[in-house]
Amino acid sequence: MHLSIQHRTVYRYAEPALRVTQALRLWPAACSGQRVIGWQVDVDGRALPYATTDGFGNPVATHTADGAVDQVRIDVHGHVETEDLHGVVGGTLERLPARFFLFETSLTHVDDSIRGLAAQVPPMKDAIERMHRLCNHVRDRLDYVAGETDSATTAAEALANGSGVCQDHAHLMAASARALGFPARYVSGYLCAGVEGAEAASHAWAEIHIDDFGWVGFDAANRICPNEYYVRIACGRDYHDAAPVRGVHRGGRSETLEVSVSISETAAMPPPGGLPGNRGQSAQ
Amino acid sequence: MSEPATVFDEMGWPDQIRPPYALVDAWLKSVPAEQLALKRREAEVLFRRIGITFAVYTEGGDPERLIPFDLIPRVMAQAEWQSLRKGLEQRVRALNAFIHDVYHDREILKAGRIPERLVLNNPQFRPEMVGLDLPHNVYTHIAGIDMVRTGPDEYYVLEDNCRTPSGVSYMVENREVMMRLFPELFRRAGVAPVAHYGDELLETLRSVAPPNCQGEPTVVLLTPGIHNSAYYEHAFLADEMGIDLVEGADLLVRNEICYMRSTSGLTRVDVIYRRIDDDYIDPLVFRPESMLGAPGLHFATRAGNLTLANAIGAGIADDKAVYIHVPEMVRFYLGEEPLLQNVPTHDCSKPDDLAYTLAHIDQLVVKAVHGSGGYGMLVGPHASKAEIETFVAQLKARPHDYVAQPTLALSTVPTFVESGIAPRHVDLRPFVLSGEQIRIVPGGLTRVALRDGSLVVNSSQGGGTKDTWVLER
Repeated sequence: MHLSIQHRTVYRYAEPALRVTQALRLWPAACSGQRVIGWQVDVDGRALPYATTDGFGNPVATHTADGAVDQVRIDVHGHVETEDLHGVVGGTLERLPARFFLFETSLTHVDDSIRGLAAQVPPMKDAIERMHRLCNHVRDRLDYVAGETDSATTAAEALANGSGVCQDHAHLMAASARALGFPARYVSGYLCAGVEGAEAASHAWAEIHIDDFGWVGFDAANRICPNEYYVRIACGRDYHDAAPVRGVHRGGRSETLEVSVSISETAAMPPPGGLPGNRGQSAQ
Repeated sequence: MSEPATVFDEMGWPDQIRPPYALVDAWLKSVPAEQLALKRREAEVLFRRIGITFAVYTEGGDPERLIPFDLIPRVMAQAEWQSLRKGLEQRVRALNAFIHDVYHDREILKAGRIPERLVLNNPQFRPEMVGLDLPHNVYTHIAGIDMVRTGPDEYYVLEDNCRTPSGVSYMVENREVMMRLFPELFRRAGVAPVAHYGDELLETLRSVAPPNCQGEPTVVLLTPGIHNSAYYEHAFLADEMGIDLVEGADLLVRNEICYMRSTSGLTRVDVIYRRIDDDYIDPLVFRPESMLGAPGLHFATRAGNLTLANAIGAGIADDKAVYIHVPEMVRFYLGEEPLLQNVPTHDCSKPDDLAYTLAHIDQLVVKAVHGSGGYGMLVGPHASKAEIETFVAQLKARPHDYVAQPTLALSTVPTFVESGIAPRHVDLRPFVLSGEQIRIVPGGLTRVALRDGSLVVNSSQGGGTKDTWVLER
């Protein structure tokens, strides 16, 4: 399936900021099941190629805007060909052993209630089936409600509230899988409309490491393994590692954020003239 | 508080003077007591003057910050130093090889020589560093190796400090003050100089310029600022090296290139000797609220445009539980037998070691694995019943977090005290510089426990310092 992604993020400052510095993880890392045909990230209208990769293998670049910054506009234009691999992740740059992802972080701290949730899924021979059950449990315990949690909400807090967004589902899925002894990680990316009930959006899900399969994606928010409607961007232990944008600003008082995403199925060929190239794409 | 019977006095004071101390002994005997008392006061004035500089910076800071200085030097013969120096070089090579390995192929973990969990589930293991190649594969460019001595030929490494070890300014200043007070003594003694430490440090830092450095590297020293307890040392070292002393707000990263702001505009920075902990160095990676470092420093490093010294993640090598395995690192990476010994250490995460520790706690030193500075520590023979009880409870609750060591009979060196001259326990922190090559200024910082019988040399707990002499012949 060919997907065309337009993703705009605008940060606005209550009063002009002296300086804004952000680290962007907005370039898809190489992996099987998705072929990047064109990809460009613009910051305030200027192309930003990715500069390096982080320890998890995610492409990353920083940018700095200074001198009376009212807003920062980040645009992602991408064209990707995807196929459904039933969530199985391959072809990724794996610099850390899977066991590294057994250990909790502050966002994915396993408390008694998460341990209790995980314990409801009995051991079974088929680990994939077991993780599907866990995925359903996570979704059953966490209503999809926007605006009640934020990027600092922990998996335990979301579970206590009984609601959250995809980030919370991903954290809770990862935390409870780790509680069962499965290495688990957080993935950020895009989801195209087409999965029932889902809107085109920036999205997050979990990947669980299962013997004989390697990393397998589980999207608890939608109770499925990622398919051809998903575009995988970055991964890490939790949101902090894989956040599409992580930034700091001096001055400017409060920061507000506006995001719009549109993803559409597109023709196999890029539009006439094609998308601008990206020098970083072939490297690493 | 019984003292072990066999405490080794390095001078052999008062009546079995060891050869390296012959001159010091003659000097102490020849100079009248009143004159020595006068010199002690003079030394205090000199340090107070340095201290006043410090106090001005801290806007009326704490005059108690003056760390007591003892006039009687600690002396090592050239041969003694040479064997130590070889051991230090070997150990620091192994430590750097280990840090490189854990952020690359993890061979030592795969070989089962160090437990994987100890590294991967350690807060000092920074996944941000994985797969990043550093110039000359050096991570701990400035290492402070804490050594103790228990006999003429018995040295032990107490701990390795691989992150931002401090104290070297005392090493240099102690010598300067001694030379000013007793110039005639130095004319006769033939003491190896230490004043070139700043030059050696600068050479080391320049030798680890990043791959994309154009021309002569620009080196700066990054300090958390005037409120940091080691600020005086930061200013001192920047001055010794003739480089800029900067704070986070002076630095700017643009397109993964680091610049410093100056009166003439932006200057590209290639190497930062940073005296800020990992957690505060880059808010885009670590603590987002930290204003001490500068956003983007880490990514400039990853892009090959900047070297941070010491590297982020070097702390994985100086964790007190990892310490146990340093001799194994020497064998694994260098194929050599370790020249320096570790203190035999009980790993309380092992049931047998925990049982032994609990049974002998009144004879042991128990240390928190992730602690430092002598606080998360129990010196069994000197602890009260209540202190021991508290530690036993902590040990039982979190055995993984503790190691235990025998209480060593640390060597002593005669020291001026209220009643005259008396032996006091000492340790030694040599500073090992790693870049293209390893450089060590002879000696190091000698810390002395000023309280009678005390084994704790930390300045926060009543420790002082001495000038450390390595004799040239």
